[in-house]
Amino acid sequence: MSDLHLEAISHAFGDNQVLSSVSVNVGAGELVCLLGPSGCGKTTLLRLAAGLEPLQKGQIKINEVLVADGTNSNQMPPEQRGAGLMFQDFALFPHLNVRDNITFGIDAKNKNRRAEWLDHALTSMGLVGYADAYPHTLSGGQQQRVALVRALAPDPRILLLDEPFSGLDVARRAQIRTETLRLVKQTGVATLMVTHDPEEAMFMADRILVMNEGRVVQDGTPVELYSSPKNAFVTEFFGPVNKIQSTVHNSKVETPVGIFDADGQKNGTQVDVLVRPEGFRLANADEKPHAMPGDNLGNTSVVLAVVNSRPLGRSSYVAFKLSTGQVIETRVPGLLLPALGSEMSVSVNAHQVHVFASTIIIKAR
Amino acid sequence: MRTPSFRGRPFRNFDALHMTTSIMPVSSASRRLPRLRFNLWSAGALIIALAVAAPIFTVLGLAFTDTSDIWTHLYNTVLGLYLERTITLMFGVGVGTLVIGTGTAWLVTMCRFPGSRIFEWALLLPLAVPAYVLAFVVTDQLEYAGTVQSTLRDMFGWTRPQDYWFPEIRSMGGAIVVMTLVLYPYVYLLARSAFLEQSVCVLEVSRTLGKTAWGSFTSVALPLGRPAIVVGVTLVLMEVINDFGTVDYFAVQTFTAGIFDVWLNMNSVGGAAQLSSVLLLVVLVLIVTERMARRDRKFHHTSNKYSKLPSYRLRGYKATLSFFACALPVLLGFIFPASVLSHYALSFYEETLSADFFSYVINSLTLSASAALLAVVVGLFLAYAVRLSEGPWIKIAARTASIGYAVPGAILAVGVLWPTGALDQSLSLIGGNFGIAVGSVMIGTIVPIVYGYLVRFLALAYGTSEASLGKITPNMDGAARTLGSNPSQTLKRVHFPLMRGSLMTAAILVFVDCMKELPLTIILRPFNFDTLATFVYQYASDELLEESALGALTIVGAGIIPVILLSVTIAKSRPGKL
Amino acid sequence: MSHILNSMGIAAVAVSALLSTSPASASEEVNLYSYRQPFLIEPLLKSFTEDTGIKVNVVFAKKGMLEKIQAAGSNNPADAVLTVDIGRLYGLKQAGVFEPVKSDVLEANIPAHLRDPEGLWFGLTQRSRIVLASKDRVKPGELTSYEDLADPKFRGRICVRSGKHSYNIALIASMIAHHGEGEAKAWLEGVKANLARKPQGNDRAQAKAIYEGVCDVAIANTYYMGKMQTNEKKPEQKQWAESVRVTFLNQGASDRGAHMNVSGAGVLKGAKHKAYAIKLVEWLSGDKAQKIYAEDNFEYPANPKIAVSDIVKSWGDFKADTLSMEAIATRREAATKLVDEVNFNEGPTS
Repeated sequence: MSDLHLEAISHAFGDNQVLSSVSVNVGAGELVCLLGPSGCGKTTLLRLAAGLEPLQKGQIKINEVLVADGTNSNQMPPEQRGAGLMFQDFALFPHLNVRDNITFGIDAKNKNRRAEWLDHALTSMGLVGYADAYPHTLSGGQQQRVALVRALAPDPRILLLDEPFSGLDVARRAQIRTETLRLVKQTGVATLMVTHDPEEAMFMADRILVMNEGRVVQDGTPVELYSSPKNAFVTEFFGPVNKIQSTVHNSKVETPVGIFDADGQKNGTQVDVLVRPEGFRLANADEKPHAMPGDNLGNTSVVLAVVNSRPLGRSSYVAFKLSTGQVIETRVPGLLLPALGSEMSVSVNAHQVHVFASTIIIKAR
Repeated sequence: MRTPSFRGRPFRNFDALHMTTSIMPVSSASRRLPRLRFNLWSAGALIIALAVAAPIFTVLGLAFTDTSDIWTHLYNTVLGLYLERTITLMFGVGVGTLVIGTGTAWLVTMCRFPGSRIFEWALLLPLAVPAYVLAFVVTDQLEYAGTVQSTLRDMFGWTRPQDYWFPEIRSMGGAIVVMTLVLYPYVYLLARSAFLEQSVCVLEVSRTLGKTAWGSFTSVALPLGRPAIVVGVTLVLMEVINDFGTVDYFAVQTFTAGIFDVWLNMNSVGGAAQLSSVLLLVVLVLIVTERMARRDRKFHHTSNKYSKLPSYRLRGYKATLSFFACALPVLLGFIFPASVLSHYALSFYEETLSADFFSYVINSLTLSASAALLAVVVGLFLAYAVRLSEGPWIKIAARTASIGYAVPGAILAVGVLWPTGALDQSLSLIGGNFGIAVGSVMIGTIVPIVYGYLVRFLALAYGTSEASLGKITPNMDGAARTLGSNPSQTLKRVHFPLMRGSLMTAAILVFVDCMKELPLTIILRPFNFDTLATFVYQYASDELLEESALGALTIVGAGIIPVILLSVTIAKSRPGKL
Repeated sequence: MSHILNSMGIAAVAVSALLSTSPASASEEVNLYSYRQPFLIEPLLKSFTEDTGIKVNVVFAKKGMLEKIQAAGSNNPADAVLTVDIGRLYGLKQAGVFEPVKSDVLEANIPAHLRDPEGLWFGLTQRSRIVLASKDRVKPGELTSYEDLADPKFRGRICVRSGKHSYNIALIASMIAHHGEGEAKAWLEGVKANLARKPQGNDRAQAKAIYEGVCDVAIANTYYMGKMQTNEKKPEQKQWAESVRVTFLNQGASDRGAHMNVSGAGVLKGAKHKAYAIKLVEWLSGDKAQKIYAEDNFEYPANPKIAVSDIVKSWGDFKADTLSMEAIATRREAATKLVDEVNFNEGPTS
């Protein structure tokens, strides 16, 4: 089984530095996600791995074979690397039917060898009846499946997925994600996936690399990133947070919703206390909120007035006003719609509180 | 009209309110530091581009051989006049072809009215008529002794020219009308292709926004079709600039007329080359300006879905108006000359139908077919090499090679003579060393003509390939490459099948143009060699139209079938119908 | 890729198959570049081949010949050039592409003033640029000189082809030679003011215009008159000819005579079939060819032994301007500049 090593990759388009010394390792059979906002260089990294862009700085190794070195202009062309790439817009060949699209990368001598795998893939992806159809007659979900099977058909050494689900409607996404993950894991190929959707990354990846402005901000398992984010950026990436400003006293920070650990910040530091909306526990004003499994509620709760509440389907959005005037947003499971102006008891799960030094954000460009 | 099924898919990258073109992330070749890497495609493209550009460089080089100052003389006398005339002509023909070409293309593509099906291909027919033939026919019929005026005089009892006013045929107006009629099919062709290629979503959104047929036209179709339409009008303007025969005949003094005057009467090839170079410069500036105006905006298709285009059914006065709007160009540009020629041909065919005549036909067909094939192959090769390349150099080389269109034919012929002559002499030298008498490989054979045609018409083939390739998203290349196809295989398996229609179009256009071509053929031909075009010209230019009518009719006839083929190819070009 | 190579292969084969159209070197033929139109000289060449058995290969073009000769260098396939006027002849001489020919036959057949002193070119026929005057509207004697054309009494009555055409350029050049640039310019301005319409069409079209009543006076070459008078296929041209009178100008006792031009030929340096080329030019100056020129083309043969055709004779004898061809040729550039300065081709401004 092959693996992928991207080492110290830097890349610039003209004056625009898109990647700064990024390193990514994908082990055999592993699925690693590159997560970050658009324009942070994730797609470029993928294209470099595939060989569609010439490497300027760094090294790329597939299965321990050096396929590209930034110091050498003689780099292995894409058709020899065996890096299957699935494009965001699928890029199916419009003049070929599904069968011909999928078998495009299989040359004659391998046809028999792959025939069995192909049958299995087509069946598991529900494409069997569409073999003779042309891409423009297929739905988005079907096109995505065809693109995936096409990329896997030639038995690639590594698989690269560029925002594979962003073109699909939300309702389908979950199902297709599951199928994709299943097929990829069954095939066992080292996979590098690019997405801007944190929930997707958490669902699919064995490891996630959060990227911002061409750099890797944090590299870890989904749990690590969610529970132990390195900075505000990573924290905020996994969902909106409430930001409460405070100062560190005696290794603790005091906020209108409770007192929390300073997380290693020095006394006197101006900090932002980031509290996830899903970290709040609510109860009626005269009661104390119940803890959920794994919570660390402490013993405090505050009583706050409701300023807004909306149902969101499987959760509810309830907003409160603090004594300072700041509005905090909470998200609780199920249907909970307190009346406006009513008071509720609010506690915070300390595991979902992250404290970081306040930063004045100056845009680098 | 069938209700479209959007299936709830969102419009990716589509801003319905502002109708911006979808800006797909471009493979950033344009933003990268130019580095010329050696590979087969780049090297081959450079060599070929240089070979094709050689005559153009020759013309530029010749410009430096003249030391006498013709510019002062021209400036003091006729330069202003030349410029004014040329600009007027360009403006008149440009506007005329734009209006007729785009308007009729829209009408037959998006609307249904009586005869619209026929007009789809009929509007292309004037392509088969050479400009000089139409000029001769128009003058022949509309001048004092011609049918029209004679009939008028009979009807109204006038006897002398002073009795009535009739527009002067041999004038700027006449030249504009004739050239517009002959050239509008280029714009029609390209506009129609562009309109046919729109994905339905774009048009239907405009309808739901309440746009009528006219509104859709102006705010959606026209902007989206702009690159193709601009290419069409540019081709037309270049034809206008380098035309000599028609303007000479209509006694319109353009800049190009000045070029020939300096060459022939002041005996200065260098001076003529200087003027041609200036012309080239102006054309380059025009082209560069236009490209800069649409820099970074790419016109890839956002949606992969194509269904039948919605058509607006026209009735009543709108239908009648549309019918006549389409009928008029066909009538004046094709039916009128064809019938006059047929009439003459019937009376005079005995003289013309000789063994020689068939040799003219063979010569014309051979030359045109060879040139068409060669141009398409070279154009495709260059366009693909540009696509593969990283820096701007290959693209610059390819663009330079396709500028031959802007040089007046006879001057370009001189430009062709020198490289071919030099090649001949080199080959003789080499052959001499081996004791072989090589003789003349180039001059004295048809090679210079085909070469000349290639230089002149590469723009058509290259432009078509470039535009057609531009519609294939770079991700398609990426997909094929990552699936194990090298660049050559990708060209064969992915690009070529998708471009077949365009390539066919380019081949047909070049073929028809070569059949009509005159100045290059006259100067570059070997001994005892005539094409239909040269045969027609030598009679018609001495105002002996009748003798050459059969030849002219044959040229037109030879052009009809390719032209109809063209129309069919374009109509079939919507994806999913492959 | 393979299909591209296939196509290129086919193209290469097709092209090379056609390469065999190039004439071989050592055979009984001569290669001719001609400015004269094929239907004018084909009868001549056919007759030559009948008489001598030498095949003539022709390329006809109105421009680019010199460049073609120069570009080919030592590989030049052409042996001789046939031109329609002195301009081309002189230009070729100046470019140094002609081979001096010493031929007793040519010296006997062509008078000295109609050939180059060094034997670089030989005039074969002469033509005069004359006035065709409307029989109805112009009285005999009303117009007697080229200078008269600028007389205001002819306001709005003159038709002529483009001022830039080489026949007119030659005429203007002769005016410059006789009067100097200043007066020639004034004359040209006068003629321009007298134009009935913008210069257009060819010489015959001017006669047509007189017939239609558009103008009264036209400037044309003599042989066109002959062509019109004998045109069976297009009898209307006979009517045009009928309506005009051939008028030779500047015929007064002390006047210089009518403007003349020559068509001629020369042998090219490095000709592969030099002997045949010389033979061709000699034949063209001989009795048979000169007779054809006279009878079929209505030209004035250079060979003094040959008489003009009856039609030409019917126009009467006339005095010819003896200004040397060289004098005309050297002033062509000045003449063309005058046309620009006066903006002759714009036509009458009224």
